[in-house]
Amino acid sequence: MTEHLPVNSLRALPDASGHFGQFGGRYVAETLMPLILDLEKEYRKAQDDPEFWAEFDALMKDFVGRPSPLYFAPRMTEHWRAKAPAGKGPKIYFKREELNHTGAHKINNCIGQILLAMRMGKTKIIAETGAGQHGVATATVAARFGLPCTIFMGATDVERQKPNVFRMKLLGAEVVPVTSGAMTLKDAMNDALRHWVANVHDTFYIIGTAAGPHPYPELVRDFQSIIGKETREQMLEKEGRLPDHLVAAVGGGSNAIGLFHPFLDDPEVAMTGIEAGGHGVDTDKHAASLTGGKPGILHGNKTYLLQDEDGQITEAHSISAGLDYPGLGPEHSWLHESGRVNYVPITDAQALEAFQLCCSLEGIIPALESAHALAALPQLTAELDEDKLLVVNVSGRGDKDIFTVAEALGVSL
Amino acid sequence: MTRFETAFAKGPALVTFITGGDGDTAANLDALVEGGADVIELGMPFTDPMADGNAIQEANIRALAKGTKTADIFAIAAAFRARHPQVPLVLMGYANPMIVRGPEWFAAECAKAGVDGVICVDIPPEEDAELGPALRAEGISLIRLATPTTDAARLPAVLEGSSGFLYYVSVAGITGTQSAAQTSIEDAVTRLKAASDIPVAVGFGVRTPDQARAIAQVADGVVVGSALVDLVKQHGDAAAAPLRELTSALAEAIHTAR
Repeated sequence: MTEHLPVNSLRALPDASGHFGQFGGRYVAETLMPLILDLEKEYRKAQDDPEFWAEFDALMKDFVGRPSPLYFAPRMTEHWRAKAPAGKGPKIYFKREELNHTGAHKINNCIGQILLAMRMGKTKIIAETGAGQHGVATATVAARFGLPCTIFMGATDVERQKPNVFRMKLLGAEVVPVTSGAMTLKDAMNDALRHWVANVHDTFYIIGTAAGPHPYPELVRDFQSIIGKETREQMLEKEGRLPDHLVAAVGGGSNAIGLFHPFLDDPEVAMTGIEAGGHGVDTDKHAASLTGGKPGILHGNKTYLLQDEDGQITEAHSISAGLDYPGLGPEHSWLHESGRVNYVPITDAQALEAFQLCCSLEGIIPALESAHALAALPQLTAELDEDKLLVVNVSGRGDKDIFTVAEALGVSL
Repeated sequence: MTRFETAFAKGPALVTFITGGDGDTAANLDALVEGGADVIELGMPFTDPMADGNAIQEANIRALAKGTKTADIFAIAAAFRARHPQVPLVLMGYANPMIVRGPEWFAAECAKAGVDGVICVDIPPEEDAELGPALRAEGISLIRLATPTTDAARLPAVLEGSSGFLYYVSVAGITGTQSAAQTSIEDAVTRLKAASDIPVAVGFGVRTPDQARAIAQVADGVVVGSALVDLVKQHGDAAAAPLRELTSALAEAIHTAR
């Protein structure tokens, strides 16, 4: 899988020490250091092992159901073209990650990591989860390979994502509700790290997003890059050229980096990452760490974080549990500072509106995370010419979110 | 001689930890010194103390809930230094509050407050550039952690650029939970002492004078944290007397261990 990159490639990072410019790195307690050095060593071996990727590809095809379609969204295209100025309103495509087994892109990464776990001889799996999508995907691969699995989930999220909690239990996982902090994703990650540090000898931590200590941001990105690689082939097949613009939601940022990364060296492809703007980035209730935060160190990496002047981490807010995190993956921080990707916040209200529009226009119920990406369409379709090609990553399906949406709309189920 | 050298020259030393801003910190620190603590670790509270068990997590939350700022921690440290000119003082915490205004700022504040050393849980040797050079430039010791997972190949990297003492985390885990077997501690300390000239202090899961005495027979220092922090939780602003009592029992056990 090692490929030759062009000179000055934007895809050459992280460097040997795990940094993307000033971001990334390995900021972990000494107990974990030897383990993540081992993980890196094992990943380097796997990268060059055709058998590893043959097994990965076979599972992607027959267990996950890949490739996921690149779908032309005709009514969405018409809807926004009608509202756009004359000559504007690009063709809108959806990358249908929500059609994957378990209903989101998360499974791509879990397959890759559990194969690594088994190569390393680890016999137990742990993971953190916010919305529960990563927890479900981890529990799924743990069941598939017969390894015991413990999922750490903030007690607040356990409450607002009950269907996913039950799914994880059906899949044989133990779900541990975390009661520290705001009891959401950040706190779940703290407790997963605490458990891991006490069980490093036999336990593999499947981190759910392209964040954490090196080599996690790199390997999660590599496993998720299947999204962008497929999009590239599929668009060439359908339109005979590359897309002009890519849009994806960024919580930790794994679906976004997966879509963006294979296109970073194609300067004609523009990219927009959508941060969760919550009640608005001028309030204290949002999760837009690039727009409203600054660089700092948390959970093993240096990246943009929501924090106060003393470096205390502040609580994030988003209607989408999967975006409710005060940081993001370090490669996004680097892509932000380098200017290659434009990051924009979208509020809860905008996401809710886009959620409903997608349901009624395309017959697709998107995850609230993906609805944030869809909410960038009013702006982007007004700017892009009608012969342009726009791809939205529909990273997950919204069945898990219908209770949250019903509550926000004042509907009692 | 540095304050660390003096403290460890007298035989096995008692190193005590409490979280800054939790309870009446100044009175509690005085109680630790009066009880016979040889080295003081003052915890800088952080919202996300990933390496800590419940006792110290809760102490962090209590301190932050009272509005404790980084400026308050340095004020506590400076006042301690004025009252206790000879007792080594270590700030212990997590990277983000230490680097948020730049490592040079942090190191200069440590120097101004009379802090002797810094333990940063989540900056391993691989990321030393984040904090180490700034501390060394101010003459502040960077105290590193060695753990049961630190093998012989890795140990030189851990020792490089560290000074004051080496903190041996005797269990792979978080603070205040399990305790290590005495034989595994003895093996580890022997290995660490063979590789280094600086004193080796052993911590994590040490709660009683008996445990402390056994460890002090082989190590240069014994670190006690969660057991003391539990007393602050239990007694609130009136924790000084019980802290003095436990510290005194620990100090007696350690100082007479050999």
